[in-house]
Amino acid sequence: MTDWDGRRWHDMGGQAAGPVPMESHDFALWEKRVDALMVLCGQKGLFTVDGLRRALEDMGEEAFETYSYYERWIAAVNQNLIEAGVYATEELAARMAEIAARGPTYGEAQDG
Amino acid sequence: MAERVRVKALTPPGHVRAPWYLRGREGVVERSLGNFHNPEQLAYGLPAETKPLYRVRFTMAELWGPAAENPTDTLDAELYGHWLEKARTHAA
Amino acid sequence: MPHDHPDHDHDHHDHDHDHDHGPFHHEGMSPSGHPYRHDNDSPLTYWQRMEIAVRELLIDKGRITAAEIANQIEAMDARSPTNGAAVVARAWTDPAFKARLLHDASAASREMGFDIGPLNLIAVENTADTHNLIVCTLCSCYPRNLLGLPPDWYKTRAYRTRAVREPRAVLREFGLDLPANTTVRVHDSTADMRYLVLPARPAGTDTLTERELAALVTRDSMIGTGLPLRP
Repeated sequence: MTDWDGRRWHDMGGQAAGPVPMESHDFALWEKRVDALMVLCGQKGLFTVDGLRRALEDMGEEAFETYSYYERWIAAVNQNLIEAGVYATEELAARMAEIAARGPTYGEAQDG
Repeated sequence: MAERVRVKALTPPGHVRAPWYLRGREGVVERSLGNFHNPEQLAYGLPAETKPLYRVRFTMAELWGPAAENPTDTLDAELYGHWLEKARTHAA
Repeated sequence: MPHDHPDHDHDHHDHDHDHDHGPFHHEGMSPSGHPYRHDNDSPLTYWQRMEIAVRELLIDKGRITAAEIANQIEAMDARSPTNGAAVVARAWTDPAFKARLLHDASAASREMGFDIGPLNLIAVENTADTHNLIVCTLCSCYPRNLLGLPPDWYKTRAYRTRAVREPRAVLREFGLDLPANTTVRVHDSTADMRYLVLPARPAGTDTLTERELAALVTRDSMIGTGLPLRP
């Protein structure tokens, strides 16, 4: 038997943690594009920032520990667009496979 | 006199914006912010009702007890009306 | 919005590909005057393929245009802490503006000509006996439409967890050791509002112009993890 206190992993205020890491990074073009897609999807009424957060939370703590910020964001954007019926999973799958065939780098694959 | 409120000590699953560390804690309404669409519905792509939103101020002593760094420092958070109830105690 | 584990965010995108900017940096330089990070010639990742696919599907289906995406990136790049610094410096020099800022920081920011979109902004004032600190424990909400994207540390587990429980210890890590008789007010951005700290004007700045004052206002001083520079 495992009981639970009801605190979800992302709800982390007041928990213990080590020193604040101070290093910073500039963002890559693909990351800026993810950010822009989220803002535009919100403006177009396709889904809300609340939907983004819900998907990020539901991905779980392992995703938080494993993937970068915008990696998790594009997964959450995609999840919401599938749910909203903007495109189907099979369309995404086919497009991702086609993109892989364009070339081995983001630069070569970024524009269809 | 500022209204004293208590954050409901509920632990539903799913998307909510009332932090766990504030649940069951009492504070005072710092200001009313007006009505906003309920994120608990927006998060699931549902039509959302509007809910009143408040900024509530807690003392660090209320949140962390004797472990507080400085008991009179404060924490303000935004909480929707459906997460608040009348406080059980009265301000000193 | 979420946060980054200190050990994983962005680290795996190369840092050492200075040799070849390649033909794909046509969208220009970042606002800090640096080239975009050199991801374009590193191996294509699963998540990058997903970004390209999602973007193309949205364009193909007529939901979003390529121009809208480019414009949004440009608009976001144009937002930076210098916008907030201008607001702060105006508040330091114009008491009527300061009153309007504390009453409605969104309206005051728009009054200065900043495009902050639908941002609901509250300014909180540091005084001789009060210091304000901003955090978002549930994700990483930040006044991005005024200040630009948040620094990485703002999104970390360490900052999000500790800022509400031991703000003074966190501030010491940022080099700020507050006296015990200063009241610390922490603001957790849990819902629809975003916060801007209005730092106290440093002493010895009576003769400075508004522009000179703005140069003293750091990003961290507007989050509450720092103080303005000294002239």
